[in-house]
Amino acid sequence: MTRQLTGSPAAPAAPAQTVPARQSRGRWSGRTRRDFFVFLALALPNLALIAVFTYLPLINNVYYSTLDWTLGSASATVVGIDNYINFFTSSDAPQVLGTTAMFTVVTVGGSMVLGLLVALALNSKVRGTTFARSAVFAPYVLSGVGVGLVWLFIFDPGYGVLSWLLRGIGQQSPQWINDPQLALVMVIIVYVWKNLGYCAVVYLAGLQSLPKDVMEAASLDGANGIRRFMSISVPLLSPTTFFLLITTMISSLQAFDLIRIMTPLGNGTSTLIYEAYLQAFGAYNRAGYSASISVVLFAILLIITVLQLRFVERKVHYS
Amino acid sequence: MSTLSPVSPNPASGVGTRNAPDAGPGLPVHRDRPFSRTNLVQTLAGGYIPLIVATLVVVLPLLWMVLSSFKQPGEIVTVDLKILPQGLNLENYHTAMTTVPFGRFFLNSLIVTTVGSTVKVILAILTAYALVFVRFPFKNVIFVVILVALMVPPQVSILPNYILIAGIGGKNTLWGIILPGLGTAFGTFLLRQHFKTLPGSILEAAEIDGAGHWRRLWQVVVPVSLPSIATVALVTVVSEWNDYIWPLIITDRPETMTLPVGLTLLQNSEGNGAGWGILMAGAVLVIIPILLVFAALQRYIVAGLTQGSVTG
Repeated sequence: MTRQLTGSPAAPAAPAQTVPARQSRGRWSGRTRRDFFVFLALALPNLALIAVFTYLPLINNVYYSTLDWTLGSASATVVGIDNYINFFTSSDAPQVLGTTAMFTVVTVGGSMVLGLLVALALNSKVRGTTFARSAVFAPYVLSGVGVGLVWLFIFDPGYGVLSWLLRGIGQQSPQWINDPQLALVMVIIVYVWKNLGYCAVVYLAGLQSLPKDVMEAASLDGANGIRRFMSISVPLLSPTTFFLLITTMISSLQAFDLIRIMTPLGNGTSTLIYEAYLQAFGAYNRAGYSASISVVLFAILLIITVLQLRFVERKVHYS
Repeated sequence: MSTLSPVSPNPASGVGTRNAPDAGPGLPVHRDRPFSRTNLVQTLAGGYIPLIVATLVVVLPLLWMVLSSFKQPGEIVTVDLKILPQGLNLENYHTAMTTVPFGRFFLNSLIVTTVGSTVKVILAILTAYALVFVRFPFKNVIFVVILVALMVPPQVSILPNYILIAGIGGKNTLWGIILPGLGTAFGTFLLRQHFKTLPGSILEAAEIDGAGHWRRLWQVVVPVSLPSIATVALVTVVSEWNDYIWPLIITDRPETMTLPVGLTLLQNSEGNGAGWGILMAGAVLVIIPILLVFAALQRYIVAGLTQGSVTG
């Protein structure tokens, strides 16, 4: 069920069982023509909106990225690829790219590993798993802004619960927000908290579709739980793992809400998307420069998506 | 289900084989599987403790938010942690609503979510019906166009969309917030997948009865597809309500801000120790409505969100 989306471009239509009216008539008969206009009337509004607000911005972004342009200013100069050169040669680039890589790798790894562990707990045969499953998934649907504020309070060095717990064991609370490295750690923790439920539920579906007979055969052969998990479950779950790797990577690269609300200045937490936002809508109004960062981000996302489409058919079958 | 519970490997092997019909006597795993008391305790502990820990990690921060929203500054700015508030004091909610126009934010969020979701669901139904049931020469090309749109990250489009919408006078308007998100690739995709599974015979029957496309859509296809439509609707409601980056950029006046943007405004004015109670009251107002919707209808929401990689 989880791979439908990514699998379908390869086989877009299966007309046999779908369209009742398939018998071929005259080439441009009245009915065909009527259907032609019915189709346009039904689909055109949506398609037009997608064209104007999804496809057009991609082209415009590339165009804006060639301009030296202050947001709100009436004039702009064409500077070619200078914005890209400026970005990659600036002292910001290693910082921004490093932060993006760190944030993405740790949040993806953290959500997936913890998600799998939670999925294993949810897969046990005790009562209450239904409630636990809903509870664990809940943060995924909650407002990032609300969640960010709640955790900002928990991390507050003066009055937060965490500082109180740390004092209990004789420690001073670190300055989570002012220290750039700790700010990144803090945002990563909250991001993983918010997203691991998604990984857990997808992994749970994967675990529940594992063939029971293979497991039973292995346990009859004397394989213990950990052995069965490592040698059977993990390899059999590889399509699920791949799906999650791609989807969580794409969403981590776009993470905005938590970063914005928890670290408004982007001190140590400026990922590509956040840097693009700050450059255009923060203090600088550098629209062209911001657009070039967006294009870089889009290129990265495009590469990941293409990889996904290329490898998605390489599913592992053991049955 | 009976395949593994690796949290407690040894007792689990007993649990795992209990249901296996062919695990007869004399098999190796059967020997160390007396249904003893210690074994039972271990199984319960192995199964329950991780579940309880996982649930608490999620629930406690949210509970803390609710409790803190009732606390007075004196109960928050203190060295001793007070877990329970002194009473159900609504002062923070009152302060949050008077410091910034919270009622207005709530109403704006409600309007944006209702209008946006309604239009998106209707557009998704119409497009999906056309893609599945209406003859058209380039249907596959159009479907690929929609699929690719599903993979275009909305975050990279904010600057061009800002320039476009601000250019036609949409800044600080509700329609400016709603319009760019109205095209729906996700809903179209999900409903198309569902419509393709409908048996052709029910539509043929309707066609023979002389029903045109419009009647077939609303009287046959939609009534039998309500669960899928509910899934699309709920996922859309959740993402519209929580949407942040776009309303943040396109509004800078309180009259048209939505709740998440309004919370940012509140954070700017109450961002000191004493303001935490007020901020938690604000967080409750943005989080609890979705939490209630989720609690009531989580089956649809989980199904919808785990089906596609991108929402919106």
